[in-house]
Amino acid sequence: MIPASFDYVRAKSLRDALNAIGTDGTKVLAGGHSLIPMMRFRLAQPGRLLDIGQLAELKGIDLKGRGARIGAGTSYRELLDSPELAERYPLIAEATRGIGDVQVRNRGTIGGGLAHADPASDMPAVMLALGATFNLRSKGGKRSVAAADFFTGAFTTALASDELLIDIALPAPPKKAGMAYASFEQKASGYAIAAAAAVVTKSRKTITGVTLALTGVGDRAYLADASGAVGSHGDDAALEAAVANVTKGIDVNGDIHASVEYRSHLARVVARRAIALALSRAG
Amino acid sequence: MATLFGSGIKRREDPRLITGSGTFTDDIKLPGLTFAAMVRSPYAHATIRKIDTAAAAQAPGVIAVITGKDIAGKVGPVPCAFNVPNCDLKLPPHPALATNKVRYVGDAVAMIVATSRAAARDAVDLVDVDYDPLPATVDPEKAVQPGTAQLHDEVPGNVAFTWHVAGGDADQAFAQAAVKVSLRIVQQRLLPTAMEPRSAVASYNKATGQLTLWATSQNPHIHRFLTSVTLGLPEHKIRVISPDVGGGFGSKIPGYADEFLVAYAAMTLGRSVKWTEDRSENYTVTTHGRDHVEYVEMCGTGDGTITGLRTKIHAGLGAYASTAAPGVPTILHGLMYSGAYTIPNVKGTVIGAYTNTTPVDAYRGAGRPEATYLIERLVDCYARRIGMDPALVRRKNLIPADKMPYTVATGITYDSGDYHAALDKAMELIDYRGFRERQEKARKDGHYLGIGVSSYTEICGLGPSQVAGQIGFGGGLYESAIVRVYPTGMVRAYIGTRPHGQGEETTFAQIVADEFGVPIENVEIVAGDTESTPQGWGTYGSRTTAVGGAALKNAAVKVKEKAKKLAAHLLEANEADLEWHDGKFQVKGSPAQAKAFGELALMANVAWNMPAGMEPGLEASAFFDPTNFVFPYGTHIATVDVDLETGEVTVLRYVCVDDCGPHINPMIVEGQVHGGVIQGVGEALQEIAVYSDDGQLMTGTMMDYAVPKASQMPTIESHFTYTPTPVNPLGVKGIGEAGTIGSVPCIVNAVVDALAPLGITHIDKPLTPARVWAAIQQAKGGAR
Amino acid sequence: MKRSIALSVNGVSHSVEVEPRALLAQVLRDDLNLTGTHIGCDTSQCGACTIHLNGRATKSCTVLAVQAEGAEITTIEGLAKNGALHPLQNAFWEKHGLQCGFCTPGMIMSAADLLASNGSPSDEQIRHAIEGNLCRCTGYQNIVAAIKSAASA
Repeated sequence: MIPASFDYVRAKSLRDALNAIGTDGTKVLAGGHSLIPMMRFRLAQPGRLLDIGQLAELKGIDLKGRGARIGAGTSYRELLDSPELAERYPLIAEATRGIGDVQVRNRGTIGGGLAHADPASDMPAVMLALGATFNLRSKGGKRSVAAADFFTGAFTTALASDELLIDIALPAPPKKAGMAYASFEQKASGYAIAAAAAVVTKSRKTITGVTLALTGVGDRAYLADASGAVGSHGDDAALEAAVANVTKGIDVNGDIHASVEYRSHLARVVARRAIALALSRAG
Repeated sequence: MATLFGSGIKRREDPRLITGSGTFTDDIKLPGLTFAAMVRSPYAHATIRKIDTAAAAQAPGVIAVITGKDIAGKVGPVPCAFNVPNCDLKLPPHPALATNKVRYVGDAVAMIVATSRAAARDAVDLVDVDYDPLPATVDPEKAVQPGTAQLHDEVPGNVAFTWHVAGGDADQAFAQAAVKVSLRIVQQRLLPTAMEPRSAVASYNKATGQLTLWATSQNPHIHRFLTSVTLGLPEHKIRVISPDVGGGFGSKIPGYADEFLVAYAAMTLGRSVKWTEDRSENYTVTTHGRDHVEYVEMCGTGDGTITGLRTKIHAGLGAYASTAAPGVPTILHGLMYSGAYTIPNVKGTVIGAYTNTTPVDAYRGAGRPEATYLIERLVDCYARRIGMDPALVRRKNLIPADKMPYTVATGITYDSGDYHAALDKAMELIDYRGFRERQEKARKDGHYLGIGVSSYTEICGLGPSQVAGQIGFGGGLYESAIVRVYPTGMVRAYIGTRPHGQGEETTFAQIVADEFGVPIENVEIVAGDTESTPQGWGTYGSRTTAVGGAALKNAAVKVKEKAKKLAAHLLEANEADLEWHDGKFQVKGSPAQAKAFGELALMANVAWNMPAGMEPGLEASAFFDPTNFVFPYGTHIATVDVDLETGEVTVLRYVCVDDCGPHINPMIVEGQVHGGVIQGVGEALQEIAVYSDDGQLMTGTMMDYAVPKASQMPTIESHFTYTPTPVNPLGVKGIGEAGTIGSVPCIVNAVVDALAPLGITHIDKPLTPARVWAAIQQAKGGAR
Repeated sequence: MKRSIALSVNGVSHSVEVEPRALLAQVLRDDLNLTGTHIGCDTSQCGACTIHLNGRATKSCTVLAVQAEGAEITTIEGLAKNGALHPLQNAFWEKHGLQCGFCTPGMIMSAADLLASNGSPSDEQIRHAIEGNLCRCTGYQNIVAAIKSAASA
C-alpha cells in the first residue's frame, strides 16, 4: 500500500502555511491519521502535502476565563492529558478515550479530525453539544463558524480551500450541567454505528435543559431535538418519548454493519442512555 | 535429572521475536533485489478482451510486465492436491495468470517486476485491462441452482463434487424416531488473518539451475513439491525456505499462483524477486475458511437418546479448488458426524460449489469446527424439544470411557478418552446448577443470561499415509526427523514439519534433552529449510507434535541405542548389563564404570575405537507413520449476558476442559487453547466475510472485518484432563485446533439459551448485535 | 523526487534518501534494516508497526518518513538497554505472551507507552490500551498477564 507520488512541504509558521494553502492539488496534513490511510489506497492522490503538524501556533489548550480555546493541532492524547479540560468539559475526555486507539490518539489531532468530517467520528457530536465555534483563517482574513454550520455533509465542511482551522472556541458550559457520551461502536473499525453526546441541566429533580448531538447516523453529526425531556424527571418513559424522533428528517445510513432500522434504533438507545447518564451527573 | 517433559519452561523461540531479531520472509534482503506487484481483477466474473501492458512496461523502474500469455506452457496451473475419490470431483484448470476470464475479485491477470516496491505499485495502475463483466454467483447454495452464472465450462452447474457419507441406517432411524429436529445453518465465510501477510522471495542461479524460494509456508516440503510440478523444475534443484512465519491458521498451507510467479520471474529475469501482499490483498486473495449452507437434522427418543443425524451441506470452494480444499468439507468434516456421541446412524451429502469468490481452504479446525457446530447446535435443539437439560442429553449420549477404543458409525475409531469426566469437570467448574438458578432469578428481573455447553471430539494428528492415499490426499502424512550429535555432545535435530508459533522449537528440544539427559541448551531444533530438513508434510491438522514429535522421539531413541552399544564396547560390558542413569550408561551394580552421553558422542564421532561393524558418527533419522489419527476432546461451557435492547452479547465466564493427552509443556498447551478459543469466539460473535451479490468483498479491510481485539474478548478458564493415546510413543494428541472447535457452538448455544424464553431456537453466527437484535424483533413479532 | 532526510532512531542519526511518499515503517525496514517493525495491515488497525515517536506509541505505517524528521524514534531493536532486556520483553517471554511473534514488537511498544503513564494498570485498562494491536495467536490473555507482570517488575 504505497501512496501515489506527491510533493511535500513542511510549514515553518502559520503565515507560511496560509501562503501555501489553496494552491492546486494541495492537501493539508496534520496528524495524517485520516489522510494517509486514504492515500495508501490511492483514494486520495493530492499533488502536494502541506504539513502543519509542527506548528506550535496551532497547539495548546487555553482555559482562561470560563470557556476554552483548543488549538486545532492539539492531539487527542494532549486533550486527555489535560485534567483541567476534563474537569470543565468531561464530555471531551469521555468521547476522546474512545477515539481510535492509543496510537491514533497520540498522532491524530482534534482539528484534523473535525476538518476531515467523517460522518461516524466522535468529536463533531461533542463540538455540537458543547456549542463550539471554529475559528478559520486564510491569507485574506479570518472568520468564525458555529459547529452547527460547519459540517455540511460526509467528509465536507464549511472550510474554503484556502482556509485553515486555527482553533476551537468553547463557551462556558451551563452551570452544574451533566455531560455524557454514549457510543455503540462498529467492532472492526471502532467508529460509531451511532453515538450521542448530551449536556443536561436540572433544577432539583426536574430537567431544565438538554442539548443532544448524534453522530454515525447520517451523513454528518447533527443536533437532535430532545427538548421533550425538559420538565420531566428523566424517568425511562419520559426519556424514551423525548428521543423517539431523534432521527426524524435524517437520511439514516444502512450498511453491512447496521441496517437503517437497527441504526435508527441504536440512535434512540444511545441518545436516551447519554441523556440519562448526563442527568445522573448534573447538579 | 528432572525430566523436561511436563515442564512449562520458557520458549526458546522468544528471544529473537521479542527483540525484533526474527527473520520473516519480507525481511529477506538480497543483492539486486527487485519487487513484484500483481494486477488483479476488480470484477468477480468477466471475460478479458484485451490486456495492454505498453504503458506499464515503459514506466520508470519497470523491468518486466508478465501476463498469462507469457507464461503459457512455462507455469502450469495452480495445483489442487486433495483429489477426494468417489465424488465426481471436477478440478478445472486454475491458471496462475488469467488470460480469457477472471473468476473472482483478486484473480491475477499480470505481474509487474520493478526496481522498487513503489515503482511496481505505480505500474499496476498503468496496465489497461479491457473486461467484459459477466453475472456472478457468490452463494454456495444458489450457485448450484439452474440458471446461475457458470464459472467453468468443465463444471456444469458449478457442482465441484457430490460426496456422500453414511453409517448405520439413518433413513430408517428417522422413520422410526419419536423426535426429530432440523435446522438450516449458515456457517459464514471467514478470513484467516494471519498477522503476517503472505510473502515470497525467489533467487535463481542460472549456472547451477538452482532455485531458492523463501515463502510464508506451513509446509515447505509441500511447497517444493508443488513448485517442481508447476514450474517443471526438478525437485532437487529447488530449495524452499520458510523462515519465521507469522501465523497461518491454514492459509499458508496452499500453493498460490503468487509464489510460483515470483519463482518464474526470478528464473527468467535473472534477478531476485520479492513479493509481499498487502492486508487488503490478503483478504481478497489468500484463502478463506468455512462457507457452508447446511440443512441438518437429528432424531432420537423422547427420553434423550440420539439415534440419527442427517445433513445436506452446500460447501463453497470459491472460484478454484485450492490445494487442500476438496478434503476439508468432506473427509475432515463428514467422517466426524457422530461427534463425541454414540450416534449409531448418520448420513450426509456434501455438494461442493464453485462461486465467484476467493478460494476457500483449511482454516483453523478445517471441517471439524463445522461438524462440531452443527452437531452441538442440533443437540441443544433436540434437548429443548424433549424438555431435557442440554448438558444431561450430552451426558446420556457421550461415548463411555469403557467402550474405548470406539468405532463410530462412519467407520473411524476413536483412540482413547473419558468424555464424561471432561463434561463433569467443566460443569462443576462453572457451577452449572448454580448458574441455572441465577438465570431463573435474573429472567424475573428482565435480565437474559444464558449458558451453553459444547462437548466435542476432533480428528487430528493427520494421519496414516495409507489413509492419505485412500482419501485422495496427494502426499504422505508421516513425519521425519534427523538427530545429529556433534563431537562435543551438542545436538541438532532437523524436522520436516514447520511450526510457526506453536512452540515446537521448545517442546521438541524438551523431548530430545530428556532422551539424552543433557541440558536443553545443548539441543537445537531446525525447521523450515528443505535443504537441511528431511521430508515432511507440514504443520496443520494439529499433527506436528503427535506425528513429528513421535518421529523425533524415535530418532533420538535410535541414537541412544547406538550410544548404548558403543558404551558396552568401551566398557567391555554386555549391553544387557548396562543401565541408563542420569545421563550415563553405567554397569549395573558398578556405577563407577560409566560412559556419559557426551563422552560417547566424542568417541562415536572420532571413531577411534568402534565395535566391529559399527559405522562412525552418532546420528539417526526416523520416519513415523501413525497407525491412526488422534482424537482430542473436551467440554467447553460459556455463560453470557444478552442486552435485549441492543443485541450486544457479553461473555461472562468461559470454562474449558480439554484432553490432549499428556503435556510436554503445559504453558504452551494452555496458550494454544487460549488462542484457539478466542478465534472461535470471534467466529461465534463477530467475524464474517461478506460478499455483495456481484462478488465484491465488502469486508476487504480490517476496518470492516472484525478480528477480535483485546478489549472485546473474555478471559478463559482453561483446565484439562489427561488421557494418553496409544497411537504414538509420546501419548500426545493435538491441541492447536481444539479451542476453535469447542468454542464456537458453546457461545452460540449460550446466546440461544439466553433468548429461549422469547421462543428463539437458532440465530446464525456471527451473533453480532445487529443479528441478535433482529432475531429478538422477529421473535417479538416485529413489534418494538 | 527523493530527498535526503535525517532520522534519529534508537539514539543513532541516519541520513536517508526517501521519496515523500515513503512510509516511516517501510524506511525503517528497507533502508535502515530495522526489520523488527512489522507491517500487518493497510488501514492503521493492526499495530504491528508500532514504534515510539518522541516517546509516544505511533503506527509507523501511518506516518511519512518526512514527517518524522527531527523526532526521536525508538523501535523494538532499541528497547533493550546495555544488553539487558526491557522488563516488558522479559515479561512477554516469561508469561508466554507471544506465539508466532509477528505482532509482538508492536504490542510491546504499545505496552511500554501504557506503562510510562500508568504504573499499575488493571486488566481492563491493559485491554483498552492494546486495542490498537491485533494478535491472532494468543487470545490476548497471556499478553495481558505479561504487561501486568512487567508493571509490577
